[in-house]
Amino acid sequence: MSNAFIAFQKNDESRCIVEAILEDNPNAMVDDQPSMVKIDVPNRLVIKRETVEEKIGRSFDLQELQLHLITISGHLDETDDEFTLSWNS
Amino acid sequence: MDMKVAKKLGLKERYALMTRDLAWDTTYQKMEDVFPQTTYEGIKIHDWDKWEDPFRLTMDAYWKYQSEKERKLYAILDGFNQNNGHLSVTDARYINVLKLFLGSTPPLELMAARGFSMMGRQMNGAGPRVACQMQAVDEYRHFQTQIHSISNYNKYYNGMDEFAHQQSRMWYLSDGKSFFDDAITAGPFEFMVAIGFAFEYVLTNILFVPFISGAAYNGDMAAMTVGFSAQSDEARHMTLGLECIKFMLEQDPDNLPIVQRWIDKWTWRGTRKLASVGMMMDYMLPKRIMSFKEAWEMYVEENGGALFKDLARYGITIPKCFSQTIEEKEHVSHQSWIGFYMKPQATPFHTWIPTPDEMDWLSEKYPNTFDQYYRPVLEFFDAQEKAGNRFDNKTAPMNCQVCVSTMKFNEPGDPMEMCFRESIYQGEKFHTCSDHCKEIFDNEPEKYVQTFISSHQVLQGNCEPDGVDVNAPDFKPGQDMLGYWKLDKRALGDFNGSEDQKNFAAWREQATKN
Repeated sequence: MSNAFIAFQKNDESRCIVEAILEDNPNAMVDDQPSMVKIDVPNRLVIKRETVEEKIGRSFDLQELQLHLITISGHLDETDDEFTLSWNS
Repeated sequence: MDMKVAKKLGLKERYALMTRDLAWDTTYQKMEDVFPQTTYEGIKIHDWDKWEDPFRLTMDAYWKYQSEKERKLYAILDGFNQNNGHLSVTDARYINVLKLFLGSTPPLELMAARGFSMMGRQMNGAGPRVACQMQAVDEYRHFQTQIHSISNYNKYYNGMDEFAHQQSRMWYLSDGKSFFDDAITAGPFEFMVAIGFAFEYVLTNILFVPFISGAAYNGDMAAMTVGFSAQSDEARHMTLGLECIKFMLEQDPDNLPIVQRWIDKWTWRGTRKLASVGMMMDYMLPKRIMSFKEAWEMYVEENGGALFKDLARYGITIPKCFSQTIEEKEHVSHQSWIGFYMKPQATPFHTWIPTPDEMDWLSEKYPNTFDQYYRPVLEFFDAQEKAGNRFDNKTAPMNCQVCVSTMKFNEPGDPMEMCFRESIYQGEKFHTCSDHCKEIFDNEPEKYVQTFISSHQVLQGNCEPDGVDVNAPDFKPGQDMLGYWKLDKRALGDFNGSEDQKNFAAWREQATKN
């Protein structure tokens, strides 16, 4: 099984996004690196708008992720409510 | 800033209406006459509407988020420059990695901008056309922000101001130039595999992620903000490359062997280009976060491996070169650094022997190779330098006809033997650095015989500054390579004793005392 991953620049907003990912992906592994954070999840990583909004305390458009993103791995599917990265293997 | 988009329609509907729905098929002219380039490579496409853009990014959202990225980037750059940020980097050796990184990358970004502008014109479908157009604008943004980032350093340090002139002439910039020249002169689908897959997926993940994280660790906010801001676009670029590969494979089974050959070729070309990035991580960052080998394992072996496993459902197999790249990850950064160290009069950045502590770090990170093969060479050079005999190789290098790297890589399975391959084409002999470059050459010799290799061209009198009479009886080729390259003499030589070293020490002293 391969890992899907996502990396963000470290800042206040991405801290909330990472908290949301950890809540919604119980198998998530956090790799804390200088000025960036990388999160690996076996096979499928999902970011849910609702959870991010809860953590960040305001409404959130998943396209805002683009501001903090560094890199991703996996096939992406983005809707208004979920940003999903997955491997078919 | 309030980032909320007025939500009248869902993301999917908005994307469909504002991208696909605005396109039309031509009627006055035949579609194949308007888009003539997408058939000659042999790729068969039956339905362009099947192309997916999973980010579903519309042009209005694109401008909104990109402008926000720019505002953040320039706020950091201004803050860094106003605060004399260049004096807060770990030590002056660090500046040299910027000379290499920011001296070699902007022209490649510009080539990518040109390439994706062409793709934005040539692709038949509205989905790829819009995504390629956005990528073209991104690449142009990277080209500009990188130059803005280096401009502040250029006020203080030597060797940064002639990168545009050097791009087409400088021996060590030829590998990147040839990578992009090869891609942009291929057909549109091969270009997408070359840049969208190999360059974005394999290369930028190392250059703009662990290397930039390392730049941040060394106190360089300028390179950090430029690197991460660029990489936030690369996530979209990798997705575009991956979608293109999936699209070709899903459209027609006949596309598989063509796509496989491109994946094999460009994985290898990307690997060769990474050798110098390895040396930047292992040797040029005074404070290190991870070795090139570790970065390679994380971003290429695991991440690339995940992709190849995933594509197996279409019949794609792991590239033939993959096992050799895994063997080479323990060697290439050392071979590159030693190669550059030996040419102190031929680069606009300084080189040096790592300190004893740094050598111990390398031993720990490379337990199978460093002490056995590379420490003895570096210690020998160090002793020679201390005895007043700093190594200076004045000969012209031999270059690979395909990747244009200098010949410095070892024979697979034998680190003590240098690897050379040769092919005969129309009675002439051409040299390559590896089995994989030889295979690329043999597949399209008519293309690669045209490669511009300055160490060959100089002997024909083609690498001289203006005003040199190559027909004069006393003409000696290559006598004024520094003039041809426009190399600043202050930027040459070992770091020890350089003007940068002295200035940095003096300015840092001034910055902390009255």
